[in-house]
Amino acid sequence: MLRLEKRPAPARGWIIGAPILAVLLTMVAGGLMFALLGKDPAESIRVIFWDPLFDDRFAGFSRPQLLVKAGPLILIAIGLSLGFRAGIWNIGAEGQYIIGAICGAGFGLAFFPSENPLIFPGMIIAGALGGWAWAMIPAILRTRFRTNEILVSLLLVYVAEAILATAATGFLRNPDGAGFPGSRNLARHPGTDNPEIFAGTGVHWGVMTAFIAVIAACVLLNRHILGYQIKLAGQAPRAARFAGVNAARLIILCLGISGAVAGMAGLFEVAGPAGQISIDFNSGYGFTAIIVAFLGRLHPVGILLAGLLMALTFIGGELAQLMLGVPAPAIQAFQGMLLFFLLALDVLSNYQVRIGYRTAA
Amino acid sequence: MADHSWRVKFMGLILFIVAGIVAWVAAIEPNRNTCPNQGDHKMNPTFKRIARAVAGALLALGLAAPVAAQDDPFHVGFVYVGPVGDYGWTWTHDQGRQAVEEAYGDKVHTTYVESVPEGADAERVMTQMILNGADMIFTTSFGYMDATNNVAARFPDVVFEHATGYRRDHPNVATYSARFYEGRAVMGHIAGHMTESNIVGYIASHPIPEVIRGINAAYLHAAQVNPDVEFRIVWVYTWFDPAVEADAAQALVDAGADVVLQHTDSTAPMTVLAEAGAYGFGQASDMLQFAPAPRISAILDQWSAYYVRRVGEAMEGTWEQADTWDGISAGMVGIGKMTDAIPPEVRASAMALLDSIASGEYHPFTGPINTQDGQVWLTAGETPEDGPLAGMEFYVEGIDAEIPN
Repeated sequence: MLRLEKRPAPARGWIIGAPILAVLLTMVAGGLMFALLGKDPAESIRVIFWDPLFDDRFAGFSRPQLLVKAGPLILIAIGLSLGFRAGIWNIGAEGQYIIGAICGAGFGLAFFPSENPLIFPGMIIAGALGGWAWAMIPAILRTRFRTNEILVSLLLVYVAEAILATAATGFLRNPDGAGFPGSRNLARHPGTDNPEIFAGTGVHWGVMTAFIAVIAACVLLNRHILGYQIKLAGQAPRAARFAGVNAARLIILCLGISGAVAGMAGLFEVAGPAGQISIDFNSGYGFTAIIVAFLGRLHPVGILLAGLLMALTFIGGELAQLMLGVPAPAIQAFQGMLLFFLLALDVLSNYQVRIGYRTAA
Repeated sequence: MADHSWRVKFMGLILFIVAGIVAWVAAIEPNRNTCPNQGDHKMNPTFKRIARAVAGALLALGLAAPVAAQDDPFHVGFVYVGPVGDYGWTWTHDQGRQAVEEAYGDKVHTTYVESVPEGADAERVMTQMILNGADMIFTTSFGYMDATNNVAARFPDVVFEHATGYRRDHPNVATYSARFYEGRAVMGHIAGHMTESNIVGYIASHPIPEVIRGINAAYLHAAQVNPDVEFRIVWVYTWFDPAVEADAAQALVDAGADVVLQHTDSTAPMTVLAEAGAYGFGQASDMLQFAPAPRISAILDQWSAYYVRRVGEAMEGTWEQADTWDGISAGMVGIGKMTDAIPPEVRASAMALLDSIASGEYHPFTGPINTQDGQVWLTAGETPEDGPLAGMEFYVEGIDAEIPN
């Protein structure tokens, strides 16, 4: 009989090994699914994981796109991971992302058609403040009225989506757009655009900020008292209280930071790759980032790699759709398998599998 | 002092990884014909050599994918905003794609990517389609407008057909849309006859000209046959959300509506109407599973004829940029079978209206029509230009409601 025995400390080897094994298992199970759909499994896996990176036709385009797609995922996930480590569950990054984009875009459009170089930095600040303010709603409701931040932050996503639709068809609508929904294009207007910093790499300011956030999170978690408090609050809430960690302050800070970076991610997206506020501007980055945060085991470097892997499955998944006719839901199932196997294998780093019956002590 | 050396090494490692990723992305040799940022691409030659060596080694290991053979058939790509199984907007476009396959057989090869978010993702999908050999791309949502034009600028040899947009920045971009208001006029005519409570419900998606125009067309023709008719309009701010649509339908039924028109794609309102004993109309697809009641007719999106024609033109090299706005006459808008729930004389008068629109004899917006605030919009016998009609942002006189914002 199989049984699980808790390890005294997480096994080092499995921490690294589990994600790799999870990817391999996903390939096997995913391959099986593709085979059942009548597609060549080996070819499907190759198209998803290999072609975007190394195929002659696609790589030149797909590699920079990998960073464009991964940038917001990494940035949001880094912010979320701080709260998740402390046991503070911000599920509404999607809403903070939307509000950040609206505030940032609104700031930029308020000065239209000015091309002042100070506008873009102002937009970034406005975006961060917007996301921060949106995250403060669940934070304050939690600290003052003990509401559940999971529910409040999640439900605020739907409020944010309604505001987004109003913005796209109302107060931010392009006056020259013949009545059609959508704001002016920010990416095509000097001063409000978020351009590529290094031509041909896809690295815009949002991707750069994501990289900086990875490093900042490492420093925070390893060297700063706040990082220590975050880890302590997550691992031993009672001990944290005795150690004088102010739980309310931690909630405000963690939700605030994750909201602000999600807001910034929204701003970078609306001023760069997306270009404009539209009715369906948000495309799930805030929710996918939750997966990325856990896929990266809430570790900054892990998140960096997980974000890139997730972006790869998106880009490769699209290639599989158009080259092999794999349906989109199969790709989503494939991504789901990845998360499933990773979380399932997580058990192995914390528990040991023993065969045989427990012997009486 | 604590020993921080491992931390320094750790930070170094992170920086190294980040730098490595950026450098690796920059390392690929851009294909002159297809790389979006050709020209301004500068690279350290040493670095390039290393990258090439690594790539070469990988190739030598036989890991690199074989390059697919050049496609002989004409390659047409479709970018869809929803799933092909939505039995609504995207499904109708996919019917068009299948019609293209049927019409040209082996001479065409079609591909599609479904549920593509608008914005950066759409741009990437289009580019990948082209790198995969697409000669022509249909982008089937308004929100793909900027993305379509951006990609079109980079690939002048590929032709683009963008649905429901208005921007044609480059000679290889055409736009097309359907005069759905013609179908809505017929729906309104039937609704005006069928309502007994004189309250007609309308589930509206987003407050944009397309939807407002539909409401106006339906109202005018309902009021034409039933001067006492009132429209109750609920805005749901979504194109497809069964739960929200069902709630809206229920609210309208509760408000006394016994006929409900919908400008959203799901069949959820039909379920509510069936329970309430009210009538409704299929949207985008036929929704025949709800016939003969509550579904008494439907407004259909029919893209097949247009897609087959345009792909044919592109294959022959006679394709030209155009701004197409076709209606019932060209078959782009259809009216689903009217069921026996509609009295025969109403069916006959609806058919007569349909025929007069199809023949071009009658325009659904024929004056005198006033705007909601009583100002003259069209004088007797006047019909609107397409421009103002496309940007319609006001209700006509008689609608007792306000457009949001």
